[in-house]
Amino acid sequence: DEDEDEDEDKDEVEGDGDDDDNFDEDEDERDGEEDDELDFEQKARETVARMAAEARENQEEMKEQEASFTLPTEEQLRQEQAITPDISNLKQRIKDVAEVLGDFSSKREEGRGRGEYIEQLRSDLGSCYGYNAELLEMLFQLFSPAEVIQFIEANETPRPVTIRTNTLKTRRRELAQALIARNVSLDPIAKWSKEGLQIYESAVPIGATPEYLAGHYMVQSASSFLPVLALSPQPGQRVLDMAASPGGKTSHMAAMMSNRGTLVANDFNKERIRALQGNLSRLGVRCSVILNADGREFPKLMGGFDRVLLDAPCTGLGVISKDPSIKAEKSFQDIQRCQQLQKELLLSAIDSCQANSPGGGIIVYSTCSITVEENEAVVDYALNSRSVKLVDSNLEFGVEGFTRYRSKRFHTSLRLARRFYPHVHNMDGFFVAKLRKTNNSLPSGPASSGLASSGTDVSTPVPHDSLKGKKKKNMGKLAKPAAACTAKVPPQSTAHKKALKQGRPR
Amino acid sequence: EELKIFFEKLSKYIGRGVKELIQRPDAPHCFRLHRDRVYYVGDSQVKVAAALPREQLMSMGCVFGKFTKTKKFKLHITCLDYVAQHAQHKVWIKASAEQSFLYGNHVLKAGLGRITEDTPQYQGVVVLSMADVPLGFGICAKSTAECRKLDPQSIVVLHQADIGEYLRDEDSLC
Repeated sequence: DEDEDEDEDKDEVEGDGDDDDNFDEDEDERDGEEDDELDFEQKARETVARMAAEARENQEEMKEQEASFTLPTEEQLRQEQAITPDISNLKQRIKDVAEVLGDFSSKREEGRGRGEYIEQLRSDLGSCYGYNAELLEMLFQLFSPAEVIQFIEANETPRPVTIRTNTLKTRRRELAQALIARNVSLDPIAKWSKEGLQIYESAVPIGATPEYLAGHYMVQSASSFLPVLALSPQPGQRVLDMAASPGGKTSHMAAMMSNRGTLVANDFNKERIRALQGNLSRLGVRCSVILNADGREFPKLMGGFDRVLLDAPCTGLGVISKDPSIKAEKSFQDIQRCQQLQKELLLSAIDSCQANSPGGGIIVYSTCSITVEENEAVVDYALNSRSVKLVDSNLEFGVEGFTRYRSKRFHTSLRLARRFYPHVHNMDGFFVAKLRKTNNSLPSGPASSGLASSGTDVSTPVPHDSLKGKKKKNMGKLAKPAAACTAKVPPQSTAHKKALKQGRPR
Repeated sequence: EELKIFFEKLSKYIGRGVKELIQRPDAPHCFRLHRDRVYYVGDSQVKVAAALPREQLMSMGCVFGKFTKTKKFKLHITCLDYVAQHAQHKVWIKASAEQSFLYGNHVLKAGLGRITEDTPQYQGVVVLSMADVPLGFGICAKSTAECRKLDPQSIVVLHQADIGEYLRDEDSLC
């Protein structure tokens, strides 16, 4: 008892320095009370110590369990291939491998390299979700392993249904009231859109309400709003939409132009022209002229547009959630073929645009794909072949475009392009780049020699002197494309450092 | 020749409004015939369309309708906005009859809400919902005076075109 009291006294003295004076006097009086308190405290301390010990034991156990994740041996893999894959097993393994890769130095298994883990992850993702090998390879080049898993999981669920109010016929508030009266639960999409509405659930099919038939809204995905917002055509302008069907973006442009001006809507596919015609009539678009031609014929058919929108045909790797067959079908060959077409279409689009029109000379290039080959590579090609430059698209959100990718180096201004991902923005994968045409003539010098080697059909490079003779507003900018080519190497090093700082995916 | 047929048909629905459509104060518009279809286009668009090759031009401005093989003119639903604006005789139908009309059925007396005064028999009319949303056109089967005496199951408006066709009948519109 005495020892106890002494110890406890010492503890209390250490604890409360202020009460030192009073302590000695009141010691005897307090002893009785202190006994009860100290017992209680002692028990509390013991419990805490016990809990801490248990927690430590648990952690050690968990660590042992984690460390015990080993990659399956070849025999186990062969056994697995013989039977039908067990999805939950695969998913668990995917999670485990991702964890290991996340903290590789501490969690790795001895003797197994990083490559082996990634191989295992790839084959598991392929068999679990149905992606083909080439596609997975491409995804791993684009994202880190953890992000690839997020992307793939995001593609398994559909994106929210969204509609756009047709401002030619109604206001968003009135439309929302009318739809709520029909038992549709909805909300505005986000701050960046004044016309979008997101549908949570609906008692009636959203594509068949009387408001839809009266042309008060159009069902389109949120990412389809973006290229039109970037292009922002003004009333009275002459605008071209090179791949217009089924008409969501075309009608959006007509709404922004308040039906004044001329909107040429072109599509190569004759069957889809019917859908385009139907939608434009339903939505009350009156300023349109619908054409069925190959987009590459464009400057020949008609040129001198103020603004051009090219929502290019692509492999659709950003919209896998809408069309799961893409996972198994698309290959590098498809990407290459699309890229060729996209390059030609973009050059035609640029050539059809009038450089010096007031507030005009703007081309927006967009795709619903996330591959670099179809997006940054195509825009970079255009920057080298024509007198255009990238400008800010005024889209406040979105990931910046890549300026480097594996061994390729792109123009620094590609940072101004925007990428959108399903797992980050909850929209379909998308890419938007806004270009401004600085000059109607082709750039001369090293740029045009680059053109000839790529095999496109271009007239002989214009000699520098004749260009100087012509009166052009943006004469100073003429030197830019040529300079951009030769000066490409030095600025890239700073861009490279910047890109590293921004944490570009490996 | 075709112009006469077209204007006759159109004036059945909007009467004098035809003049207003052509002589608009804000921007001159005109009617153009292209491949059996009649389009209503503004001048600036006509200039653009004129420069484009005929085989590839699919549509311009607003489609009003098309000529059949026997040279009769059929008015399409796509011109509803213009027709509804200038229509002289209108018929309002109740919410219960809306769906039925949108499926292509005729309007019965039970579904009739309002009708403009002095509508002669077999007059072209525009059908509207009670909220003044245009739903389509039709032909009045009975004059206004006769409508009051009818029993609920008889037809008052014969269906000609309705906005449900955008879903049912997309192909014929282009």
